[in-house]
Amino acid sequence: MKPVPDADTKPYWDGIADGELRLQRCEGCGAAVFYPRAVCPHCFGGPLRWFTATGTGRVHSYTVVHRAFGEFAGQTPFTVALVDLDEGVRMMTRIVGASRGSVEIGMRVQLTVEQIGDADLPRFRPQEAPELQK
Amino acid sequence: MKKRRAAIVGVAESDVGRTPHLTVLSQQALAARAALAEAGLTKDSVDALFTAGAWSWAPTMALAEYLGIQPAYTDGTNIGGSSFEAHAGHAAAAIEAGLIDVALITYGSTQRTSRSRNAPRPAELTAQFELPYGLPMPVGGYALAAMRHMHDYGTTSEDLAQVAVAARQWARLNPRAYYRDPITVEDVVASPMICEPLHKLDCCLVTDGGGAVVIAAEDRWPDVATQPVTILGHGETHTHATISGMPDLTVTGAAQTGPAALRMADVTLADIDVAEIYDSFTITVLLTLESLGFCKPGEGRDFIAGGRIAPGGEFPMNTNGGGLSYTHPGMYGIFLLIEAARQLRGDFAWARQVPAAELALVHGTGGVLSSAATVILGTL
Ligand SMILES: [Zn+2]
Repeated sequence: MKPVPDADTKPYWDGIADGELRLQRCEGCGAAVFYPRAVCPHCFGGPLRWFTATGTGRVHSYTVVHRAFGEFAGQTPFTVALVDLDEGVRMMTRIVGASRGSVEIGMRVQLTVEQIGDADLPRFRPQEAPELQK
Repeated sequence: MKKRRAAIVGVAESDVGRTPHLTVLSQQALAARAALAEAGLTKDSVDALFTAGAWSWAPTMALAEYLGIQPAYTDGTNIGGSSFEAHAGHAAAAIEAGLIDVALITYGSTQRTSRSRNAPRPAELTAQFELPYGLPMPVGGYALAAMRHMHDYGTTSEDLAQVAVAARQWARLNPRAYYRDPITVEDVVASPMICEPLHKLDCCLVTDGGGAVVIAAEDRWPDVATQPVTILGHGETHTHATISGMPDLTVTGAAQTGPAALRMADVTLADIDVAEIYDSFTITVLLTLESLGFCKPGEGRDFIAGGRIAPGGEFPMNTNGGGLSYTHPGMYGIFLLIEAARQLRGDFAWARQVPAAELALVHGTGGVLSSAATVILGTL
C-alpha cells in the first residue's frame, strides 16, 4: 500500500526515498515533531524545521501479526512495532531482520529503508553493536 | 438553581447477529420505533436526533429523512464505539440547557452481511503513517497496548482470557447472544492467534445489529410508560487517533472521563452496583477498569480474578455477554446504555438481573483506545 504524500509530508517521504529519516523540530519550543505538521502540537507555534534524524531508537511495543488483509494477507507472520526514536518521537513501523521470538520491548533498532511494491518504506532492524554507535 | 434532569425512557435493539433482511437505515428505524413505543412517546415528540456511522457523509441528515423527522437539534458526533455515551451526555446537556425535550439516539450496522469491516482505505493524511505497515485495525492497536501492559505489569494471556470467559457466562443468560456455549481460559488461549498477544477469543464479534435510546427531559417523565433511568453524570474525551499518538499505551481517556462523570453525579466508584464496560477486546476491559480507578494500574488481573466479573460475582459487569459474546456490530456503545437501563429498571429474571441495582457506570471506548466516554445512570 503506497502512502499518499501531501504538502505536510512530502519532505518526509522524499527523505525516505533517499534512505534517511527526516523529522521536524520546533524552533519555538525545541520539541521534535512526528508526524509532520504545519503547526507545532506542543506550543502551537513554530516554525517547524526539517532535520535528519539518527534513525535509531527503541521498541516501545510490538505485535506479531498472524491474520492480515488485502495485499498484506500473504505476508504473515510479520512484526509491527511502535519505535521511540532517540529524538523523542514515536512512530509505527515494521521490524525486519530479527529472528522469530527475538523482538523485545526496549530493544535497540535502526532504520532500514526497503522498497515494498512501488513504495519506499521505513523499517527497523536490530541495531548492530549499539555500544559502538555514536 | 436545580438542573433540569434527563433520563433514558426507552431502549430497544433491532435484530442483531446476521440481518441480510435489514439495512443500516431500517435497523435504526425499527429500533427507534420500538424504543419510542416502549416509552409511550410518538415520533413527533422527538426534537433531537443523534447517530454515528460511516455509511453516509451526513448520517443524521440521511436518517432523519428516512424516519420522517426534522430535528431542532442534530448531532452526528462519531468518535467510534463510544459515540453513543457521548451522545447521551450531549442530550443531557441540551435538555439541561432547555434546548430540547426528547432525544433519539440510534445506531445500525450491516458489517457482517456486507463484509465491510476490513474494506481498504487510501493511505492518506495521518493514515499514510500507519496503513502501509499492514497492521489490521483496530485489533493491531489493542495488541500493541496489550503487549506493553504485559511487559510493564506481568499480565498474562490467561489473565486476559478471564474477561472472555466471564462474558460468555453472562451470554449464557442472554437468549439473544450470538455465542452461548461455555468456554474456558484454555479455549481462549488455544484459539487462533490474530495479533500477538490477542487470540481470536480475545476479540469482539463481527455482527450486524442496531439499537435506539430515547432520552427525555423531566417534565415529560409523567407521560412516559417506563421507569425513567436518570443520567446523573457524564464525561467524554479523545486522547489520540493513531495508536502511535496514544500518550500512554496502558492508560485510556477513562482516567479523565470516569472521575468527571462521577464528580458530576456526586457518587464514587464504591457506589456503583453494575458496570457496562466496552469490551472490544479483553485488554480493553482491563485498561478501562484500571483507568477508571476501580483498581491500580497493573492490578486489573487481580481485580477480575476468581470470577469477580462473572454472574454471581462481586462486580457484575457486561451482563448481556458484551461485545465478546452478545453482539458487536462495529460500534457497540449503544448496547451498553440499553443494558444498563434495563438493569436499573429491573427488567430481567434472576441470574442476569443484578439485585437492587440503583447505580450503573457505562463506559464506551472507541477507535484504537482513542475515545472514552462515561455515563453514570441511576434510578429515581
Ligand atoms: Zn513548539
